[in-house]
Amino acid sequence: MFSDAWLIAAKDLRLEFRSRVGLNQVLPFALLVLILFAFALDPDRGLLEKATPGLYWVAVLFSGLLALQRSFAVESADGVSDALRLSGLDPAGIFLGKVLSVSIQLLILELMLGIGVAVLYGASISGWFLLIPTVVAATVCIAAAGTLYGVVAAGLRVRETLLPLLLLPVLAPVLIGATRAFEAALNGTPSEGWPWVGLMSVFAVVYMVAGIFGFGPLMEES
Amino acid sequence: MTTENTGTGNVANPDPGPLSTGSRMTGVLGGLCLIALGILVLFGLFLSPADSNQGDAVRIMYVHVPSATVAYFGCFLTTVGSAIYLWKKSQWWELVAYAGAEVAALFTALTLVTGMLWGRPTWGVFWVWDARLTSTAMLLLLLLGYLAVRRIDADYEVRAKRAAIVGLLLVPNVIIVRQSVQWWRTLHQPPTLFSDGLGSKIEGLMLFSLFTGFIAITMVFVWLLIHRFRLAWLEEQRDAQGLDAAIFERRAEGVPS
Repeated sequence: MFSDAWLIAAKDLRLEFRSRVGLNQVLPFALLVLILFAFALDPDRGLLEKATPGLYWVAVLFSGLLALQRSFAVESADGVSDALRLSGLDPAGIFLGKVLSVSIQLLILELMLGIGVAVLYGASISGWFLLIPTVVAATVCIAAAGTLYGVVAAGLRVRETLLPLLLLPVLAPVLIGATRAFEAALNGTPSEGWPWVGLMSVFAVVYMVAGIFGFGPLMEES
Repeated sequence: MTTENTGTGNVANPDPGPLSTGSRMTGVLGGLCLIALGILVLFGLFLSPADSNQGDAVRIMYVHVPSATVAYFGCFLTTVGSAIYLWKKSQWWELVAYAGAEVAALFTALTLVTGMLWGRPTWGVFWVWDARLTSTAMLLLLLLGYLAVRRIDADYEVRAKRAAIVGLLLVPNVIIVRQSVQWWRTLHQPPTLFSDGLGSKIEGLMLFSLFTGFIAITMVFVWLLIHRFRLAWLEEQRDAQGLDAAIFERRAEGVPS
């Protein structure tokens, strides 16, 4: 299962590395979102700085959605989904591989957005001890739920509109949790942030289990 | 939807099945629903007293609280039905899940609307960002997501399986969303009915009106669920028969006369 996961993740990351869609389109989009927030909320009023954690995670969600759609678009072209089915790889391994490759892309995106908010919004970043577990937990949540709902929407004519409708309400707890934990870290009150990391961990476990068991039935058809 | 079953069926069709979503049983149930709703109107609007704090706005509760309860029950049906469908491949349970989600979406919307109408005179605003309102709104969106998957333009197997995965996660999602929103903020007044033992705060005619509401809304829920289930079943039958007929026609074309 894990060697299959590694194969799939390596394949997806190699694809991303060679096509550079993430670098050339998703990342600029993420920075664009940050700039649009500055247009919407006047930078001089100090709103941006106050709302940095929330804006940061909304930017991560929206640009992560693009990365996820991209990760399933490469599967739907040229009958790749049939090839995957015929390859004899463990469906759970395919799921884990997808989660891994999406997670790595999200982490790069989050790092870039973090630099973006530090530079553009003047956010002073502190509390690394809480920030890093928060980022890891939220990334796994987004990647696991995104991969599961991504395959639910994959191959359909309505996939571009269906995935956000399915995924964003489900990710609401992650948005709340990650935002609150970030606020706690930046305000220097990390004890308020840990319950949220716990909640996100529960979420991540639920979706990992659902994905490992649900990917097989979902791959049989379509 | 007629409430009367013709019962004769189509002679030319080898497997007629029920041709209507109604039957004698649902006809009787529908009549009882109307009577119960009439009693609810009588007690809720006329016989029960106004609340000392909330005034006449309290009457909305006789619809609001039962609607929320049956909406949760519908979600529960969806998750159970989806799980059994994934496990046993039983179409019956898949259709139960679908019907449950649709009726649950209706009652969730009704809960939100009645809640907002109650909130305006009581809190002065239609919407506050408190835990229960927010999580109920999220519940509605989750249900709409399920229904969107269930109605995609694809084969029954594809639709049913994908919707079942979403349906299976519905209740876990609702629990996680509720928990997160509850931690996020809590202003809503605590539940009054069961908080300190049954009926300690609501008494007499008001309590009776609320129970009438529970009975009436539950009956309406069951009535809608049965009809929606039968309608979904008939739709799937129609699609399957349409396919059979088309195959039959194509085969007949190839036969030299």
